[in-house]
Amino acid sequence: MSGVLTEEIVPAFRPGAKFRFDAVRKAWVVLAPERLFVPDEPAVAVLQLVDGKRSLGAIVDDLAARFNAPRPVIAEDVAAMLTDLAAKGAIRL
Amino acid sequence: MNAIEPTPRRAAEPPLGLILELTHRCPLQCPYCSNPLELARASAELDTASWCAVMEQGAALGALQVHFTGGEPMARRDLPALVRRAAELGLYSNLITSGVLLDAASIATLVEAGIDHIQLSFQDIDAEAGDDVAGLSGAHARKLQAAELIKSSGLPLTLNFVIQRRNAERVPRMLALAEALGAGRVEIAHVQYYGWGLRNRAALLPSRAQLDFTTEVVEAARARLKGRMVIDYVVPDYYARRPKACMGGWARREMVITPTGKAMPCHAADSLPGFAFASVTETSLAEIWSADPAFLRFRGTDWMPEPCHSCDRREIDWGGCRCQAFAMTGDPARTDPACALSPDHALMQAVAFERPETAPPYLYRRIGAAEPAEAPVEAAD
Repeated sequence: MSGVLTEEIVPAFRPGAKFRFDAVRKAWVVLAPERLFVPDEPAVAVLQLVDGKRSLGAIVDDLAARFNAPRPVIAEDVAAMLTDLAAKGAIRL
Repeated sequence: MNAIEPTPRRAAEPPLGLILELTHRCPLQCPYCSNPLELARASAELDTASWCAVMEQGAALGALQVHFTGGEPMARRDLPALVRRAAELGLYSNLITSGVLLDAASIATLVEAGIDHIQLSFQDIDAEAGDDVAGLSGAHARKLQAAELIKSSGLPLTLNFVIQRRNAERVPRMLALAEALGAGRVEIAHVQYYGWGLRNRAALLPSRAQLDFTTEVVEAARARLKGRMVIDYVVPDYYARRPKACMGGWARREMVITPTGKAMPCHAADSLPGFAFASVTETSLAEIWSADPAFLRFRGTDWMPEPCHSCDRREIDWGGCRCQAFAMTGDPARTDPACALSPDHALMQAVAFERPETAPPYLYRRIGAAEPAEAPVEAAD
């Protein structure tokens, strides 16, 4: 995946990637083949909306309705975050 | 606060992963095997209940991943039961296999048990050369078959290619196979020189030009396949200027359990002198992780000599590899000689410089094949 993401794309966890709450660390973790991430709070909010059905646009709409930030700013942040997770092998765009 | 109060020892972060060496048995005899020169026999292996107890304690301690490795972990008949227990405990399970024992029935059983990911090793892309490294005729063909079976099961697949002087030129074809198979991840991993690999170093170590070639090929492929296939690249230490963060730091992330139940901070720690590793059948994982002297010995940065102790990379590479420091200098507490700042760096450069033009034959990994007395400890002169 390269260039700017369109809002129609539907992000999903790659086969083999898991997103779950770890009771020992009291934190959400992403587990993928030979990879492990502890996403920060904004990333957790995004990843909780990644279900292989919602489009990028729908995810941004949801977050824009809940958080006090302009939609274009949220859209840019979410796209950057998902691109990064795709490069690490956790997300498919 | 009282000035003479001792500094409280910082509590260790929980481990991230458990590396379970279920067995040393393996149909392959690769001359760079990460197992120790002295291999454990089947009769000495932990039983199913003991491995389950290790996973239960590990999960409670905060481990998130379990890696089933060996030897060949599929040589254990109870592997599906262990995978099932890992899944019940919420551990992300990874099977590291040669693939030669894998068939349609066994893959179906593993999927049903809840395996999350399989890493399949290849010795080469050329069948004849690959079989020669494995010491098993037909091994390569069976691996290709295993790759297809894993792929069609829907499981995520990682291909692991082990790189050395006899196959470095074929890295482009290795990446092409991974791409054709739709592997999500591929490891282009140069041999690491411990145990059997160290014994076979002259037969395996690539030239500087070969290393540069593989680096160039990997970098180009990474740019081309970004977002589609993850490529992990592991280089040999002999041409490095900075050491690798071996195991992500001693006793910082992973716990290795040997087939007989010894708990160690890394696969090769058994090669270090003066260590008595605790057994998981006698001591709990929590106790070992937080208080075992072997785990505390090189954890963090307090143990470091100069130039590590005041180095701004001390929490990036954690002083490099203790087993390499010992193998090269005879002292595991020295800076990894892979670092150009190490006073012993010339020892690494000398090995690369003295690399023979013609590769000697392999010493295959077999029980009893290596005489411990001949272990190559480098002299300082």
